[in-house]
Amino acid sequence: MPNSATDDPEYDLAVIGAGAAGLAGAVTAAELGLSVALLDTSAQPGGQFYRHPAPALGATRPEALHHDWSTFTGLRRRLADSSVTLLAGHHVWTVVRAETGGRWDVHAVTGADGDGERPVRVRARAVLLATGAYERQLPFPGWTLPGVVGAGGAQAMLKSGLVLPGNGVSPAGAKPRAGGRVSSAGATSRAGGRVVVAGSGPLLLAVAASLAKAGARVPAVVEASGYLGYARHPRTLAVNAHKMVEAAMHGTALLRHGVRLRTRSAVTQVHGSDRVEAVTVSRLDRDWRPVRGSGRRIVCDALAVGFGLVPQLELATGLGCTTRRAQDGSHVLDLDAQQETSVPGIWAAGETGGIGGAQLACVEGELAGLAIAARLGGRPAPAGSARARALGRRRDRMRAFASVMAAAHAPGAGWSRWLDDATDVCRCEEVSAGRIREAVTDFGARDARTVKLLTRAGMGWCQGRMCGAAVACLAAEGPGEALPPSPERRPLAVPVRLEVLAALTETAASESGDPEASAAREEGTGG
Amino acid sequence: MVGAACAYYAARRGLQVTVLDRGSVAGGTTGAGEGNLLVSDKEPGPELELALHSTQLWRELAEVLPSRIEYEAKGGLVVASDEKGLAALREFAARQTAAGVTAEVVPGGRLGDLEPHLAPGLAGGVHYPQDAQVQPALAAAHLLRAAGDRVSLRLGEEVTEILTGAHGEVRGVRTPSGDLHAPYVVNAAGTWGGELARLAGVDLPVLPRRGFVLVTEPLPRLVRRKVYAADYVADVASDSAALQTSAVVEGTPAGPVLIGASRERVGYDRSPSVEVLRRLAGQAVRLFPALATMRAVRTYAGFRPYLPDHLPAIGPDPRRPGLLHACGHEGAGIGLAPATGRIIAETLADGELPLDISPFRPDRFGGGEAG
Repeated sequence: MPNSATDDPEYDLAVIGAGAAGLAGAVTAAELGLSVALLDTSAQPGGQFYRHPAPALGATRPEALHHDWSTFTGLRRRLADSSVTLLAGHHVWTVVRAETGGRWDVHAVTGADGDGERPVRVRARAVLLATGAYERQLPFPGWTLPGVVGAGGAQAMLKSGLVLPGNGVSPAGAKPRAGGRVSSAGATSRAGGRVVVAGSGPLLLAVAASLAKAGARVPAVVEASGYLGYARHPRTLAVNAHKMVEAAMHGTALLRHGVRLRTRSAVTQVHGSDRVEAVTVSRLDRDWRPVRGSGRRIVCDALAVGFGLVPQLELATGLGCTTRRAQDGSHVLDLDAQQETSVPGIWAAGETGGIGGAQLACVEGELAGLAIAARLGGRPAPAGSARARALGRRRDRMRAFASVMAAAHAPGAGWSRWLDDATDVCRCEEVSAGRIREAVTDFGARDARTVKLLTRAGMGWCQGRMCGAAVACLAAEGPGEALPPSPERRPLAVPVRLEVLAALTETAASESGDPEASAAREEGTGG
Repeated sequence: MVGAACAYYAARRGLQVTVLDRGSVAGGTTGAGEGNLLVSDKEPGPELELALHSTQLWRELAEVLPSRIEYEAKGGLVVASDEKGLAALREFAARQTAAGVTAEVVPGGRLGDLEPHLAPGLAGGVHYPQDAQVQPALAAAHLLRAAGDRVSLRLGEEVTEILTGAHGEVRGVRTPSGDLHAPYVVNAAGTWGGELARLAGVDLPVLPRRGFVLVTEPLPRLVRRKVYAADYVADVASDSAALQTSAVVEGTPAGPVLIGASRERVGYDRSPSVEVLRRLAGQAVRLFPALATMRAVRTYAGFRPYLPDHLPAIGPDPRRPGLLHACGHEGAGIGLAPATGRIIAETLADGELPLDISPFRPDRFGGGEAG
């Protein structure tokens, strides 16, 4: 397996994201004879779900934190055996139609975290978007205090660095990074620290179980939804028994560690002067409005919080791919039975088509790999083959479960009642809930975009990944009809240095050359 | 922005105004602009007259509106890289001066006094102290609010029909939530002004001309004025559909540096253009080398409403009594909004017009009544 690209080669397929979906898609397509480039921001493949410690940390059993680790090792072995070109540490900032017909240009910058940057262009006949998801956050008083971390971030810290939140420098207290993930820099561990896990979604149970297993005390898991939402779909549950087993395993682990699950409740305030000392947990009604007088204080050292995942779609929306609203209100890509988007030649798999987990992502990645190989080979769609049929059935079954899950954990409209006017909603630009509400009630903002223009909420470093969901909710609370929310557009998926942009190769769109611009160009290879 | 200015000045003239928008306040081109209030890029002629009058009105508005609109009378600096370019620039500035613009020629060696981070070796430039900047979405929102109780806002409501009476005169508009009766309808639909005109049965050839703005991470004040290269003026006046870029670089009170301005006619296509970004970034770095290592965090596209002769349509439409137009300002709508609003208000109130509006006649393109 080659490790880096040489002289701007052209591939059959560029896969963006080396998580479950991207890995499965890349190896499937390569095994069917396609030349494949697999791009990912991380130094090693695996994505968020199969995040694991860097070899230098010398972890002996990374699988202890993963169920389904064998799926990943299987994919990793197939990757090593394949002709796939892994382009690690590549931050893709846009995908555009190439000037030569039927080709796509994937533009990325290299360098750890985008530093020491060099532009790279990967040209391909088809693109598989497997860009995954980021965590949805809903703000509450005190959420910016050190010691508050994203639930997904806490999980990532455990998986990659084997550290616990709960002591030392808070990652969530720092400014959010582009990409929206709460960074894990500077977190230190202390066995026995008390971590409350809160928010909504199945990830909470997994996070709590991992934390408990790693030695933290988890005084409570606070879930805003009831679990009744699942019970309304007994058939979907029956055919997704593995998901129940998974939940039961987490549940058993939690019981063993004496962890209490509180449903229909939320952390409505964090207490502490310079770091988390306690949280207030309140009961919620069906619409997630806190029930007055129900608040209970729980002493803790850290809070891991998250309200489910939101698909990372900016590359897709930049390409004009059609989206639809999922049951939880988030925008997801509208895909056909072969995993192709509304833009022919652009395919997607995994969380981009709706949050569904790593197993579903593997199945969809494989399906997409099959379909892309058939398309580029000039063969009809592979729906007829036994392999494709079986995969299709598994996908549909898991998608049905994912829909039930999304509906069960959809944020209720009443959550903003726990948000006082003084709390900052946009942390990058320090915009309070009060300023956002004023823009909506007094200045005619009816959608997140206008709120942004009037308040700067979402204009900062993370480009609204952290506050977007909350701002959209607050914008919809204005007088009169709310505008139907549109998917967020971020034409630059990651920040890019101006010199990197300036060093890009001139394209045919230009009607005249510009010698001065060429003179100012940096040395660059793929640009 | 133009609609907000029409409403503001009409309300001040004692009229009752309802502002309808299918989206939010500042949801169209206003929200995608940089907030340029420029005289420097305008040739002597009717548009410059409108701009000079607007410059005065913006100064007055800045006294009335809160400082949050980020009005800055910071001045513009147009630079030329060589002697030939500088000679053309000086000749252009001399003609502007004769038309009432304040313009000061700056020799190459003195550019650094005005802009310390400007690239060395430029031939010289012209300083335009009347150029200013405003945050356009905030300006529109605050202008509407300052208009007071005579203005009511109906947002998220799209006009589906222009109601007319027995003699073809305008009687109001229809929206999905009902009819709104009024003897006058002002078309301030910007880039979509042609479509609204069509609803009224008249032809107004407004077309979109796409522009991108590149926004950097927040920076300490690196760029003091609005700085651009001399070829910008030629691009603004050009009729070409092809892509033109000439970087206009400016700092903002909030920190990010804004880099405009590309012009191309591609319809309403918002998809990112790598070529536009490459050129804007390259030109900006050539003007300010220190920007090279700064990061662009976002970019956005907007659609300038342009008419074939690059002048707006302002005033009553003789083809449809009761219909007035205030659209087609291309890239200068924020700057030209106050004068446009005043013209509309004075027309409605039978007052005295601040300048000759015949060059802006909405029926000047012929075509008569549509469909």
